[in-house]
Amino acid sequence: MTDAAVKHAGAPARRRINYLPYLLSLPALLVCIGILIPFVTAVYYSLQRYRLNLPMMRGFIWFQNYVDFFSDREFWHTVQVSLEYTVLTVGVELVFGLGIAMLLQKQTRINNIVSILLLLPLMTAPAIAALMWKLMTNPNFGVLSYFVQLLGFNNFKWASDPSTALFTVVLVDVWVYTPFIMILLLAGLRSLPTQPFEAAALDGVPRRFVFFRITLPMLTPYIITAALFRMLDSIQQFDIIYPMTQGGPGNTLLVFQVRAYLEFYQYTNVGKSAALLIILWAITYALSNVFIKQWLKLRERARGLA
Amino acid sequence: MEHMSVLERVVRGVLIALIVLFFLFPIFWIFLMSFQTNEDILRIPPSLFFTPTLSNYSALITGKLVSNAGTLDIAFMKNLWNSVLLSTASVVIALILGVPAAYAFARFKFRLGEDIAFTLLSFRFAPPLLVLLPLSLYFQQLGLTDTYIGLIWVYQLIALPLILWIVRGYFEDLSPDIEYAYRVAGHSWWRTFTRIAIPLAGPGIAAAGLLAFIFCWNNFVFALILASAEKQPVTVGALAFVTASGIQYGQIAAAIALSVAPTLALALYAQRYLVEGLSLGALKG
Repeated sequence: MTDAAVKHAGAPARRRINYLPYLLSLPALLVCIGILIPFVTAVYYSLQRYRLNLPMMRGFIWFQNYVDFFSDREFWHTVQVSLEYTVLTVGVELVFGLGIAMLLQKQTRINNIVSILLLLPLMTAPAIAALMWKLMTNPNFGVLSYFVQLLGFNNFKWASDPSTALFTVVLVDVWVYTPFIMILLLAGLRSLPTQPFEAAALDGVPRRFVFFRITLPMLTPYIITAALFRMLDSIQQFDIIYPMTQGGPGNTLLVFQVRAYLEFYQYTNVGKSAALLIILWAITYALSNVFIKQWLKLRERARGLA
Repeated sequence: MEHMSVLERVVRGVLIALIVLFFLFPIFWIFLMSFQTNEDILRIPPSLFFTPTLSNYSALITGKLVSNAGTLDIAFMKNLWNSVLLSTASVVIALILGVPAAYAFARFKFRLGEDIAFTLLSFRFAPPLLVLLPLSLYFQQLGLTDTYIGLIWVYQLIALPLILWIVRGYFEDLSPDIEYAYRVAGHSWWRTFTRIAIPLAGPGIAAAGLLAFIFCWNNFVFALILASAEKQPVTVGALAFVTASGIQYGQIAAAIALSVAPTLALALYAQRYLVEGLSLGALKG
C-alpha cells in the first residue's frame, strides 16, 4: 500500500492495480448498498399480490399490478395530478426565478442583502412550510384567509376546497423553491461574459431584443439544469402535500408518492404500492439521466470559462 | 451599465419590495404568532399590535400544556433534541465516509470509479418511498425500526451523495501538483491527504457539510416511516403536534419557530458557503 503512487489523470505510470481508490470509496458504497437491497425487494413485491391484511392471498402474479393500472381511473388521475403539479411548479418557479435573478443581477448592497434573505424559505423544511401556510390559511383566523376576504372572495377555502387545493400547494412549493432557481440563475447571469451586452448597449439595441437574443440563449444551459433538477423533485412531491392535505380533499391531490404511501399504510396493499413507485422510479430515472448529462456539460463549461 | 430612469428605479424598488414581502412574510407572521396568546391570534382583523407573551415557548419547554380542558404532555423538546442528534451524527458519519471517497473519485481514474460515483448520485433522485417502504419491513425483522442507528443509516442517503459530489468538485479544482510535491518530499499518502488535500478543500467540505446538515434536518419522509414518537425529529413531531393539540395555535406557531430557527440561523451565518454548495459546485470553479 505504501508505494501506491499518487496518480491522477494523465499520470502514465500504471505498474499494477492500485487498490487505494477502491479502499477509499468502499465504505461509502457499502453503506449505500445496504439500501439498494430494498430497491430489488420493491421490484419483487410489485410482481406479487401482496396485502398485509390478507397474507394467505400472497402470490406471484407477474405484471398484473401494472396491467391493472391501465384500466384504473384512479391511477390516471394520479398521473395527471403529478404532471400538473410538476408543470405548474417548475413553470412558475422558472419565470419568477429568472425575473428575480435579473432584478438582483447588479451587485449592489441592497441586492446582495435581498438575495441572502431569499435563502430563508429554501432553508425552511417543506413539511414545516406546509404547516406555516396551513396556519395562515386557516378559515377562522388565518391572515391570508382574512386578506382574501377583504378582496371580496368570500368562499375561498384554500387547501380544503378541491378547486383551489392544487393552487394552494403549488403556491407553497413556489414559496419554498423559487429561491433555488433564483440562486442558480443568478450565478449563471453573473458568470456571463459582459462584451455582448456592452456591444448591444453601444449599438442601442432594444432591451427586449437583448433579452431574447443574448441573455436567454446564453443562460439556457443553466435554465435547463435548474428545471430538470426541480422536475425530479416535483414529480416525487410528498413533503408539502402530505402534511397539508394528506392527498385530499377526496382524491384531489393524490400524487404518486402520496398515493403509494396511503396504498401501503391505509389499504396495506404492498404489491400495488410497490408497482406505483416502480413506475415513478422509471420516470425519474429517465429524467435524471438527462439531468446528469446536462449538469456535467455545464460543469465542463464552467471549468473552461474559469 | 446603462442609466436608469427615475420611473425604472421606482418600478424596480416596488418589485423588490413585493418579492421580499412574499418570501419573508410567512416567516415573520409565524414568529409573531408564536408570541401571541390564543385570544390575540383569533382576533379579527389580525393586528400587528399585541402584548407579547412567552407562554407558548414556556409550555413547549416545560412540556406541559395547561388549558381549560386539562393538562397535555408535549414531547416537542424531545423532537428538537432528536433533530439535533440525527442531523449531527448523520453529517459526521457522511463526512468520514464521503470525503475519502470523493478524494478517490477526484484523484484516481480507476475502473468502476465513474460507475460507483453515478450509482451513489442516482440515490439522490430515486423516489424515497421506493426504498423506505420495503426497508420498513426489513427494519422490523432486523430490530432497527425506531432506533437512532437505523435512522442515521438511512439519512446517509441524503447526506452521502451530496457530500460526495460537492467535495469531489472541490478536490478536482485543486491542482494535484502540491500534493505530488509533498509526496516526493517523502511523506506518506495518508499524511498528504490529511495535511494538504483536506485543508485545501476545507471550504468545499464546510459547504457540503452545512448543506447536508440542513437537508437532514429538513427531511420529513424518512422519519415519518421509520420512527415512532420517541425518536421523531421536529418535522414529523410538529405535524403530530398539530394533530394532537388541535387548537393551541400559539404553541403550534412556537413549535414551528423553534423547528426552523436553527436552519435559518445557519443559513444566514454561512450564506456564502450555502450558495456555493447549492450551485452544486458546478457553477463556481
